[in-house]
Amino acid sequence: MSDSVETAAVAAPAPGTSTQPAPTHTGQSGTVVRSTVLRRLFKNPLGIVAMAILLVISLLAVLAPVLAPFEENYSNIAKTLAAPDSVNILGTDSAGRDVWSRLLFGAQLTLLSALLCAGVAIAIGLPAGLIAGYYAGKFEAVSNWVVSILMSLPGLIVLLTIRAAFGPSVWISMIAFGILISPSYFRLTRTAVQSVRNELYVDAARVSGLSDWSIIARHIFSVVRAPIIIQTAAIAGVAIAIQSGLEFLGLGDPSKATWGVMLSEGFKNVYLTPTLLFWPALAMALTIGGLVLLGNAIRDALEDGEKIKHRKKKATLEGSTAAPAAARPSRKSVAAVDAGTEHHLVKVTNLGVGYPQADGSIKKVVDDVSFHVDRGEILGIVGESGSGKSQTAFSILGLLPDNARIVAGSIQFDGNYTVAPGEELVSQARLSKLRGRRISYIPQEPMSNLDPAFTIGYQLVTPMVRVLGIAKEEARKRALKLLTDVGITNPERTFNAYPHEVSGGMAQRVLIAGAISCEPDLVIADEPTTALDVTVQADVLDLLRELQQRLNIGVILVTHNFGVVADLCDRVAVMQNGRLVEEGSVRDILRNPKEPYTRTLLASMLEGKTPMSMLVSRQKEPVA
Amino acid sequence: MIRFIAKRLGSGLAVLFVVSAITFFLLYMSSGSIARNILGDQATAEQVALKEAELGLDQPLVARYFSWVFDALGGNLGASWFTSEPVANSLASRIPVTMTMVFAAMILIAICATLIGVTAAVKRGWVDRVVQVGAIIGDSIPGFVIGVILVTVLAIQLGLFPATSTISPESGPDAWVYSMSLPVIALLVNGVTGGAQQIRSAVIKQLERDYVRTLRSRGIGEREILFKHVLRSAAPAGLTVLSLQLIGMLGGVVIIEQIFALPGMGPLAVTATGQSDLPVVMGVVMYTVGVVIVVNLLVDVLNGWLNPKVRVS
Repeated sequence: MSDSVETAAVAAPAPGTSTQPAPTHTGQSGTVVRSTVLRRLFKNPLGIVAMAILLVISLLAVLAPVLAPFEENYSNIAKTLAAPDSVNILGTDSAGRDVWSRLLFGAQLTLLSALLCAGVAIAIGLPAGLIAGYYAGKFEAVSNWVVSILMSLPGLIVLLTIRAAFGPSVWISMIAFGILISPSYFRLTRTAVQSVRNELYVDAARVSGLSDWSIIARHIFSVVRAPIIIQTAAIAGVAIAIQSGLEFLGLGDPSKATWGVMLSEGFKNVYLTPTLLFWPALAMALTIGGLVLLGNAIRDALEDGEKIKHRKKKATLEGSTAAPAAARPSRKSVAAVDAGTEHHLVKVTNLGVGYPQADGSIKKVVDDVSFHVDRGEILGIVGESGSGKSQTAFSILGLLPDNARIVAGSIQFDGNYTVAPGEELVSQARLSKLRGRRISYIPQEPMSNLDPAFTIGYQLVTPMVRVLGIAKEEARKRALKLLTDVGITNPERTFNAYPHEVSGGMAQRVLIAGAISCEPDLVIADEPTTALDVTVQADVLDLLRELQQRLNIGVILVTHNFGVVADLCDRVAVMQNGRLVEEGSVRDILRNPKEPYTRTLLASMLEGKTPMSMLVSRQKEPVA
Repeated sequence: MIRFIAKRLGSGLAVLFVVSAITFFLLYMSSGSIARNILGDQATAEQVALKEAELGLDQPLVARYFSWVFDALGGNLGASWFTSEPVANSLASRIPVTMTMVFAAMILIAICATLIGVTAAVKRGWVDRVVQVGAIIGDSIPGFVIGVILVTVLAIQLGLFPATSTISPESGPDAWVYSMSLPVIALLVNGVTGGAQQIRSAVIKQLERDYVRTLRSRGIGEREILFKHVLRSAAPAGLTVLSLQLIGMLGGVVIIEQIFALPGMGPLAVTATGQSDLPVVMGVVMYTVGVVIVVNLLVDVLNGWLNPKVRVS
């Protein structure tokens, strides 16, 4: 577990951020999830409007034979292009047919054809996606190829071909379009199944002897259900649009009243009675709009569910001490902030970091934290996931997520405030002058912290050119020297390599080289060894210590591992639930921890060894 | 890189072959008595038989397909059954009208959707909400309905633009822009709203990546991060969106041309479909699928250039 997971959870996406439905995390409690999603859907005004529109249109369509005053093709030649009156409430068209009646029968045909299309697409895409996702192999390869063909065919052109081959039929064209659009269900299902296939609970179901099909039915359907509903709303809309387009071109079934035909009829008489255009266009826009809104509302309902889950999870992690701070926080007590007289490289005073919640309160993730670091010194910040240690580190760097607020305290770097008492946000103007130049950062996960599209050399050279203002050629020489310094044996090759061409350990060395490239005074390392192999970890720690001593820089090392602290640090600060529990020299705290929490942490590290290996071996040989 | 392009080109040709076979068999297998349709009800049995022989319809289907393939490889797509005009000729005279319109719309979509999408992703707030609402409206109104509304309001009622246009690209850029504005707008509205939405999510996703934070920590400016790193990483997603929109647009343009009475591929395709003029339908399908394959190839190559990982594998 790591602190960046916590950061990600905090920075939950805004409603409607992703256009792709999020098929993850729906969990096994399918019915529970669905009922809460439904409830949220009914609370969302857009969702209600969408459902109301669709319900009304469906009712009108179903009741068309009862409600329509005329047959769909009944024409009164004596009364063409008539204005609305008591008999023809929306007027008549150029053949004297009743617009209202034709609109109703058109609704029937439109909805049925959309249903047929979506039904065909689901009947093909869903099973194919399940099989391809669950069993992979040859079937997946073949179906991917078919999908790539289907997706490169323009829908309307295919429908023209089908029309030329089979004649005008709404049903045949909608079946064809259903086949053509089935890849969207296929890809959605396959992706969802692939993400669930290797989840532990599916493994558990497999081990406990459930058949593949009952696993699919029980666990996988619950994951794909919601995305499929969203997709169906979108596809029904597209089907209505394309079917109407075909009819607008005059290639539909001439014996049927449809919105597309009505639109084309209105367009032919646009100089005489433009209102004939209005009704079918409105009907189409309302129906498709209702479907689009419904899809959006369901997606929002699902995403809100995600957020609430995250929040709950965090709340349990935070425990009682950092429970939601009361409404607006009492503005920081400036009096308590005493900058002090002694000069430190970094001085954090009574720092509080919080995130505004939907209900207006602010949830504190860092509360009243004070410490300092001097040049040539390594301070370890230790704590479990969610203890606020990464948040503290990122506030010094000024790289907190956008919605984070400094709710109390101050941060000074080399005597100057980067967060002055009373400021809510880290001053980017001040920090952008310090970042890279005087404060630098070593991240946790080496691979994701290098831009995959640029060579390692480019990513080392550019900051030096920008920050130090040196020429490219000189920066290149320095970069090669840095790569040698961090123990890379063939610096030329690494310089020219792309991130995906080097190992994780090597990438971490590159990131360390990047962090010291502009000769900073302070390096903030966020779990720099957690993502690495055990053997590489020791090397990287040695490297960090060696560089720190040679360059005489201050280091803040964020870690959950007391072993690393004992190995590397001069002083250590222990954090729990956003608060600092204990701080002192490593020697003192390891020998004589005062706080029970520190003792627990130490104990779990020291005694953890033997039972841990037992647990691991038990996990690897499941009792099948 | 060359091997990568060759591989993609090969798979593109395979797709073209498969599509041609399926289309051919679908068209010729099911469409009953073609000769009688052409000659009308009064024709005698001998006349029908003669016509069938003339069109080669008495040959087995597979033989007909391969002779079509060999002719097509030589640039001969057959002739229309009704006008006897060679299909290749009628396509050649109509493609410029259609494709100038499609590519003008594509370029405008690429520019507008990127500008709007990136702004919404970076600024958030009200810009973002406007883009979201715009996307919903754009999704709700089919392109051809937008075309009909534009003609009715701007051309017929307000008289700002010509309602129909028979102008070809040769008649000068000014006249072309004037007469093609409405059809191009009708083509691009859905593309801009949908594309902006997709590009927005792609940029937001990239902005949340770890390496962006690390670049910030190295002292790289916000603008350089956005334009050099984030946009480059979001570009493949954007290109995919654009290529899917182009595929959709090749169908949508048929209706738009019908609305604006443009002498492009659309009316040719619609008339041929109505008459079951199969050689023409076949030619139109092959041409559009060919365009799609070329565009997809370009997108693959661009993506390979943008993403070193794709290029190597």
